[in-house]
Amino acid sequence: MSATSLSTEFAPAVLERVLVAGRSTGAGFAEVFIEDKRSMSAALDDGRVEQVTSGRDRGAGIRVIHGDTTGFAHTSDLSEEGLLRAARAAAAAASHGGGGVNSVSLGEMKRHLVNTVQIAPSDVTKVRKIELLSQANDAARGYDGAIVQVSAGYSDSTRRILVANSDGVFATDEQVRTLLRVSAVANGDTGMQTGYDSMGYTIGFEMFDEENIDELARNAARIAVTKLHARPAPSGAMPVVIQRGSGGVLFHEACGHGLEADLVSRGASVYRDKVGELVAAPNITLVDDGTMSREWGAIGIDDEGHESQRNVLIENGVLTDYMWDYIRARNDKRPQSGNGRRQSYADLPMVRMTNTFVLNGTEEPDDIIRNTEKGVYVAKLGGGSVNTATGDFVFGMTEAYLIENGEITAPLREGNLIGNGPQVLRDIDMLGNDFAMGNPGTCGKDGQGVPVGDGQPTLRVTSMTIGGTAA
Amino acid sequence: MSTDSASLDQLQALADRVIEQARPGEQIEVSVSRGGHTDVRVYQGEVEHFVSAQDQGISVRVISNGRTGSSYAGTLQESAIHEVLAEARENAELGGVDEWAGLAEADGVAVTPQQLWDETLVGYSTEKKIDIAKQLERLAVSADSRVRIDDANYSDGYSEAAFATTNGIRGTHRSNSCYASVSTLAEENGETQTGWAYAIGKNPDEFDLDKAGREASERATRLLGAVKPQSKKTTVVLDPFVTAQFLSIIGSTLNGEAVVKGRSLFANRVGEEVAHPTVVLIDDPTDSRAYTASERDGEGLATRRNVLIENGVLRGYVHSSYSARRAGTRSTGNAIRSGTGATPGVGCLALQIVPGNKSQAELIANVDDGVLVQSVQGLHSGVNAISGDFSTGASGLMIRNGVTAEPVREFTIASTLQRMLLDIIEIGGDIEWLPMRSTGVSLVISDVMLSGA
Repeated sequence: MSATSLSTEFAPAVLERVLVAGRSTGAGFAEVFIEDKRSMSAALDDGRVEQVTSGRDRGAGIRVIHGDTTGFAHTSDLSEEGLLRAARAAAAAASHGGGGVNSVSLGEMKRHLVNTVQIAPSDVTKVRKIELLSQANDAARGYDGAIVQVSAGYSDSTRRILVANSDGVFATDEQVRTLLRVSAVANGDTGMQTGYDSMGYTIGFEMFDEENIDELARNAARIAVTKLHARPAPSGAMPVVIQRGSGGVLFHEACGHGLEADLVSRGASVYRDKVGELVAAPNITLVDDGTMSREWGAIGIDDEGHESQRNVLIENGVLTDYMWDYIRARNDKRPQSGNGRRQSYADLPMVRMTNTFVLNGTEEPDDIIRNTEKGVYVAKLGGGSVNTATGDFVFGMTEAYLIENGEITAPLREGNLIGNGPQVLRDIDMLGNDFAMGNPGTCGKDGQGVPVGDGQPTLRVTSMTIGGTAA
Repeated sequence: MSTDSASLDQLQALADRVIEQARPGEQIEVSVSRGGHTDVRVYQGEVEHFVSAQDQGISVRVISNGRTGSSYAGTLQESAIHEVLAEARENAELGGVDEWAGLAEADGVAVTPQQLWDETLVGYSTEKKIDIAKQLERLAVSADSRVRIDDANYSDGYSEAAFATTNGIRGTHRSNSCYASVSTLAEENGETQTGWAYAIGKNPDEFDLDKAGREASERATRLLGAVKPQSKKTTVVLDPFVTAQFLSIIGSTLNGEAVVKGRSLFANRVGEEVAHPTVVLIDDPTDSRAYTASERDGEGLATRRNVLIENGVLRGYVHSSYSARRAGTRSTGNAIRSGTGATPGVGCLALQIVPGNKSQAELIANVDDGVLVQSVQGLHSGVNAISGDFSTGASGLMIRNGVTAEPVREFTIASTLQRMLLDIIEIGGDIEWLPMRSTGVSLVISDVMLSGA
C-alpha cells in the first residue's frame, strides 16, 4: 500500500481553487478536510480467529460557513473535479443565493506528528498481529478453570489528515493508534460474569514491546472470576472511592462535556456563566491536553487544523475556561483551543475532549480507604453518560467492592452510579497522589465517536447514589 | 464509471463481476452500496447546518478452506475493488479454520414485499425540509414560555445496494427514510430540564409535528422541580421509548451467536417460561409499519416473522446462517451488517412486544405506588446482557394512588433482565414506532429497586 503523504498529493493551488469554489455563493469561510485512513482489525472469539478485516476510508469533507449557517458536503472522489463538485454542493447548502468574487491563499504548510511512531503497523505482518490474540486467549483461559469464553480484538489505524481553509490554515497530521482488548466470561453457580480490559495508545506496534499482554488478559479473567462471588450492589447514597486511572470518565461526564463551548453557548450546560467561580472542591485541577504524547486522545492538530494544546479547565476548584472549536471561538472572538474534532471526513467537526484528567492531590491512596468506614470502592469503571443541561450523569462500575471499616471487602455485582456533576465536584473530599491514565475510550456525541483518554489519582466522593438492588 | 449515477443494474453488474473471479473452492460474498443523506439543523429560526452527503462502498467476504477474511473500501473505483478482493483473500489466509464457516444458502423462503421506497420523499425540496425543522422548532416552543430549543432537526437518507454470492444469492435493494427530531430545554428558577421528541413517516407529509412539539415541551416542563426520591422497592411504568430500549437489550440475549458461544443467559431454555404469560415477543421486519422493516437480511436471505417468546414461553433465538449451522438449525434471516466493513453478525431486526389494549393513563390508574420512567440514562454502562444485571439512571414522575405526582430525577432503577421479564404485570396498547430496531409500548414492571436518597 502506498504511503504517499497527503501534503505531496494535493497541491496548494488545487486546494485554493476548491476553497474559492466553496466561497462562490458569498460565504465568508470555506474549509477542506482530507482524510486517508487505513485500518486493520482482527478478532478472536471462541478460540478461533474469526475475522480479519482491513479497510480504507479516503475522502474529503468541505465545510462552508455563511453567516451563522454551515453547509457541508463530502465525497470519496479526491480528484480536483470531485473536490470542486463537493465544494459547490457545500456552498449551495450554506446559501440559496448570493455570489461574488473571492480569492484564497494558503499559508505555509505546517506538518504535525503526534509522536514518533517507531514501528508502523504497516511494517508488521498480519500473522504477527494475530499471534497476539492467541496469546491473550491462552493467558485468559489459563487464569482459572471457571473461564468459559474469551474474545480478544486487535486493531490499528493510520489516519492521515490535511486541513486547508480560507483563513490560510494549511496543516497535516498523521495519527497512528494501536489497540488490544480482551473480554472474558466466567461461569459459576450464580450464573455468568464478565471481565474486560484493554490497552490503547497513539503509537505503533512498539506498544507490545512496552506493555504486557498476558497481564492484561489475566486481569480481564480475574475480574470475571472475582464477580462470581459478588453480592448485589447496595442501593442508596454512600461514600465512593475510585481507584486511580479508572475514574477519569467521572470527570469526562461530570463536567467535561458541560465545558464544551457549543453546549455552553446553547445554554445546555450547568456550567454556563460560571467562569471564575468555584465549581469544584479546591483540590481539583482539571486539564484537557491533546499534546499528551502516546495517550489515546493525543493529536498533532485538531480536525480544523488547529495545533493541539494543553488547556487548564478548572484550577484549584475555579472554572478557568471552556473548550472551543472554530465556530464557537469565532463567535466569542477568542482563540480556538484545539478541540474541534470529527469522527471522519464525512462528519462536521464540533467541540470534543482529547485527554482529560485531574492532577494529583496529596493523600496516600491507602489512607483514603482507611478513612472510609462504609462505602463502595470502584476499581474499574465502564462507560458513562451525562445530561449536560441538568448535570445529572451516570457511570457503570464493572469492578467494585464494599468498603467496611476502612477495608476493601466483598466484590459487588455491576450497576450504575448516578450523581449530579456540580454537586459531585464539590463533594470530592480526598484526592490521592498516585495519578494514572485509564483505559482508552471512545467518546460519543451527536452520533460521532472519537478516541479520548482520561485519568485521575485515587479519590473519594463523600456521597453518590449506588444503583444496586440490595436494600 | 461515474458511480454517482450508477443504476441499481450497474451496481448488480459490479457485484457479479467480483464473484465471477472466485477461484475453485472459494466462496465470495459482495455487497456494493451507494447512498446519501440530508441533515438539517435549525436553531432559533435559522439553519445552523445543512449537510448533503453521498456515500458509497464495497465490502467483500472470502471464505476458503474454512477460513474467513473480509475487506472494505469507501469507494467504487475499479482499482479499489481489485484491492479489496485481494485484501480479503489475504485476510482469509490468516483466519482460524472454522468448520461452520460459510455463506448463506438459498432456503426457498420468499421475500415479503415491502414498500421501502417513497417517491414523495424523493421529490421533497430542500426548502420544504428546512421548513419542517423550523415548524417543529416553533411548535415545541410555542406552547410554554419556559421552553427553549436545544436543536430541531430534519434527516433523511437513502441507500441502493446490490448483493451477490457464489452460492447464487443475489439481488438489489433500495430504501429511503426520514424523521424529524427536536430537543428542548425548560427553565424555571435557575433550574433546567430537558425534553425531546421524534416524528417519523414514510415521507414528511406523514409526520405528526403537532404531537412531537407537544411531547418535547411536556417532557421538559413536567420535570421542572424534580427531586431525588427515597430508595425503595417499587413498580415502574416504562414510557414507550424506554421500553423500546429495554427490548433491544432483551433482543441481544436471544441472539443465536451469543447462544452458541455460551454468552446468553437464555441458552438451553427453549420451552421454559422466561416471561410473564402475557408476553409475546416477536421480531418482525416484514411488518411494514416498523422503521427498520426490510426484505432481506445481511446475507441476502428473505426476512421473516420470528416468534421469540410466546405467552411467556421461550420459543427460540434469532440466527444467521453461521450461528444456525453451529446450533444445528436454519437461519431465521437475522444476519445484520453494521457499517460497511464487518462480516455479518446476528441481531433482531424489528423487535416488538405484542401490545395490550390499555392507554398509559389506564395502566397508571392500576398502580398505587410507583414511578413513571420517562427517560433512562446509561443503559450501555449499567446493564450487562451476559450476567443479566440491570441498573440504569432515570427520571420521571412518581405515581400515587393511580395518578402521576411530583417529578423525580437523579435516581436509578435496578433488577435483573431475568426478573424483569417475569415481573411484567401489564402491557399497554399505546404502540409507538420509533427510528430504531425496537418498537415502544408502555410496560408495567413490579419489584424494581429504586435507588435515590
